[in-house]
Amino acid sequence: MTVLDSRIPDGPLETKWEDHKFSMKLVNPNNKRKFDIIIVGTGLAGASAAATLGELGYRVKVFTFHDSARRAHSIAAQGGINAAKNYHGDGDSVFRLFYDTVKGGDYRSREANVYRLAEVSNNIIDQCVAQGVPFAREYGGLLDNRSFGGAQVSRTFYARGQTGQQLLLGAYQALSRQVKAGTVELVTNAEMLELVVVDGKAAGIITRDLVTGRIERHSAHATVLGTGGYSNAYYLSTNAMTCNVTAAWRAHRKGAYFANPSFTQIHPTAIPSSDEFQSKLTLMSESLRNDGRIWVPNDPDESRAPGDIPESDRDYYLERKYPSFGNLAPRDISSRAAKVVVDEGKGVGPLKNGVYLDFADAIQRLGKDAVADKYGNLFEMYERITGENPYEVPMRIYPALHYTMGGLWVDYHLQTTIPGLFAIGEANFSDHGANRLGASALMQGLADGYFVLPYTIGDYLAPMLGQSKVDTSASEFAEAEAAVTGQIDKWLGQKGTRSVDWYHRELGKIMWDYCGMERTQQGLEKALSEIPALKEEFDTNVRVLGSADTINSSLEKVGRVADFFELGELMCRDALVREESCGGHFRAEHQTEDGEALRDDDNFAHVTAWEWTGDASNPNEHREQLEFDAVQLSTRSYK
Amino acid sequence: MNLTLRVWRQAGPDAPGRFETYQAADISPDSSFLEMLDLVNEGLIEQGEEPIEFMHDCREGICGTCGIMINGQAHGPASQTATCQLHMRTFSDGDELVLEPWRASGFPVLKDLVVDRSAFDHIVEAGGYVTVDTGSAPDANLIPIPKDTADLAMDAAACIGCGACVAACPNGAAQLFTSAKIAHLNSLPQGQAERYQRTESMVDVMEEYFGSCTNMGECEAACPKGISIDFIAMMNKDYRKAKFQNRRSA
Repeated sequence: MTVLDSRIPDGPLETKWEDHKFSMKLVNPNNKRKFDIIIVGTGLAGASAAATLGELGYRVKVFTFHDSARRAHSIAAQGGINAAKNYHGDGDSVFRLFYDTVKGGDYRSREANVYRLAEVSNNIIDQCVAQGVPFAREYGGLLDNRSFGGAQVSRTFYARGQTGQQLLLGAYQALSRQVKAGTVELVTNAEMLELVVVDGKAAGIITRDLVTGRIERHSAHATVLGTGGYSNAYYLSTNAMTCNVTAAWRAHRKGAYFANPSFTQIHPTAIPSSDEFQSKLTLMSESLRNDGRIWVPNDPDESRAPGDIPESDRDYYLERKYPSFGNLAPRDISSRAAKVVVDEGKGVGPLKNGVYLDFADAIQRLGKDAVADKYGNLFEMYERITGENPYEVPMRIYPALHYTMGGLWVDYHLQTTIPGLFAIGEANFSDHGANRLGASALMQGLADGYFVLPYTIGDYLAPMLGQSKVDTSASEFAEAEAAVTGQIDKWLGQKGTRSVDWYHRELGKIMWDYCGMERTQQGLEKALSEIPALKEEFDTNVRVLGSADTINSSLEKVGRVADFFELGELMCRDALVREESCGGHFRAEHQTEDGEALRDDDNFAHVTAWEWTGDASNPNEHREQLEFDAVQLSTRSYK
Repeated sequence: MNLTLRVWRQAGPDAPGRFETYQAADISPDSSFLEMLDLVNEGLIEQGEEPIEFMHDCREGICGTCGIMINGQAHGPASQTATCQLHMRTFSDGDELVLEPWRASGFPVLKDLVVDRSAFDHIVEAGGYVTVDTGSAPDANLIPIPKDTADLAMDAAACIGCGACVAACPNGAAQLFTSAKIAHLNSLPQGQAERYQRTESMVDVMEEYFGSCTNMGECEAACPKGISIDFIAMMNKDYRKAKFQNRRSA
């Protein structure tokens, strides 16, 4: 076990980033064009980094597996983006945003990174407004804010319920400007399948063109991954269908450490699946819990319609267990409580896989119009998906995976353990600790891409002036390409019997049951024996039809699912060794008397970073000890 | 529910296409249209037949990836609904559905129901942005923007770039897509400096790929986000002005 060097600069927290920007090496404007940079991913992080590095004059090549850069999953974020503008004079500040983020992350994130994030948050809003992002306005023409996720200040900027879409389009448009200017080459329909490492440094990538099947080698002085999170390891999540861990995982297999893989976030209010073949889950805004009451029938065999079940036969379990918080209990607690009642067989709906979120009382108290004013668009969305009218029958909800705090380990420069390989946005692990606050994902993606990476990557490149990038005819490129084509040939050549989706669903069930909302030693050990067994069958029995020289979605998926198998095993292992509960990681063995997460700061105030050894069942564990100078560690209190 | 599908199958961009008939059996009315296709594909894989390729990703109507002509209608029969948000309860047991890719020469077919929409990216590259380098922006509240203006810009900016407008248009025109981006930026103070340059370049690139608008209005009817054709009128007005303005400043 080695101690990782996070390269946190010395000096007071408040001036670390400012001072560090001065001490980092610069690349002269005329020399920037001598450097090639590869960026993988065009979400908020990737697109904003590509646009900014292009503006600075670097030669950038950016890759997306979508048909357009605008399709990245950042587009689906609804709520908003945080910034410490304090436009409302309600006591917000950079320090408060920093403090809330560290505390919200249950003290498992790095102070220096989080402070920098809070510091640049204001620049993000300025930049986006200048790009023409149509944020909500007040009548006087100034920017509107709302409060979010229990914060005590109004610091969330939003564009209707489509904030992610508008921010991504802003970054996409800035990127398009650089494509036109010729500083950025955009490669669409191209999936990264291998990282090429030469002399211990990232030298480039191998991609597959998803339309023609062509395998290509790309070389650069530095490579940046902005490839998102891995919620789809659970099969069902709120992520888009193609979200995957492949780029990050292939980098991990080449030496990049993977940090805190078990830190995942589960959102309490998604629409439960309607059948086994449901492909994804849709989130309903958490704000619904302000007026809806959550309940299940007392009797697991209840067959009456919800409206016919008298009060005496209902269990308002959140109000019963947490009288002071009731239906507004924190995300993790209400998610787990829902799991408990559903596991007891009291779930509702045709598959008995949800709980009621009932607005009957609110409609009686406030009137239907007032409820429609507040939640009309959400009710409409619910009805569109379920065919049920929530004004008349209670909604059915259930928790769902939607964000992963873990990711590739990076230092203060956002560089992974492979020199020259950087990870930004959800793909890295850095800023959210064990739990991410609402409206902070967009902030982090854009902070990394617009305002952090463009500085730190220069420090890596500056000493390389005069060195040419590795030629793609190098043997390492040939080997990496051969590994990719060999794997493709293997998938296509074997005569399996079951579809890729079948295996993905089975893996998802294991992950959800044993590494989901509540984890136990026994369950995790069970998962650690079931996953490799299923993987072994998958390796020989998965059926991939068609050929490699055309669009072949089964072939695209099979590699991604293979990586989810290995990652899933690592997630369970990480959850097993972290003998405490913190944020989204809840070990049933470690809880307080009233069921809250019980941290163990003496033994676990660290980041766990895993090194690939070639054997998925035997990775090496490394640690980065977390130091807290500005923030006092305390138990998160919701009371 | 049991349905009969007639699906356009085409092995590649230059291969001839044909309709194939498939049965979608035992479909839950609560499943989404794309989940119905997933199920048909699982059945095809089981029989050793290559699955139907179709475009999709977020499955919540925001990424703009999906798009199928269903019985001749872009995104199918439900109004303001992307294909991925369409649910099977919209249809009846025993229905026959014809599934085709987006129909427009500006969107060449790549395979089955998958088309190439890169022309949209080229229209945006021609000027669908505000020139502002990272870090050079003034404070966000420096320029007040009336709420009505911001709301109008947001109405236009809500476009998801799916291409249904083009697919629905008898002329294969992309006026609704292009005008939505132009109206978004041209209505905001930030977009004024490049207003006329933007309008002319974007329209010119649009015309390289797509047909001409004859005010049929099919685009608005097909748009899953309800983008108004009023924006086309705004674009045309700005284009006319641009032709004078840009000549003067040239």
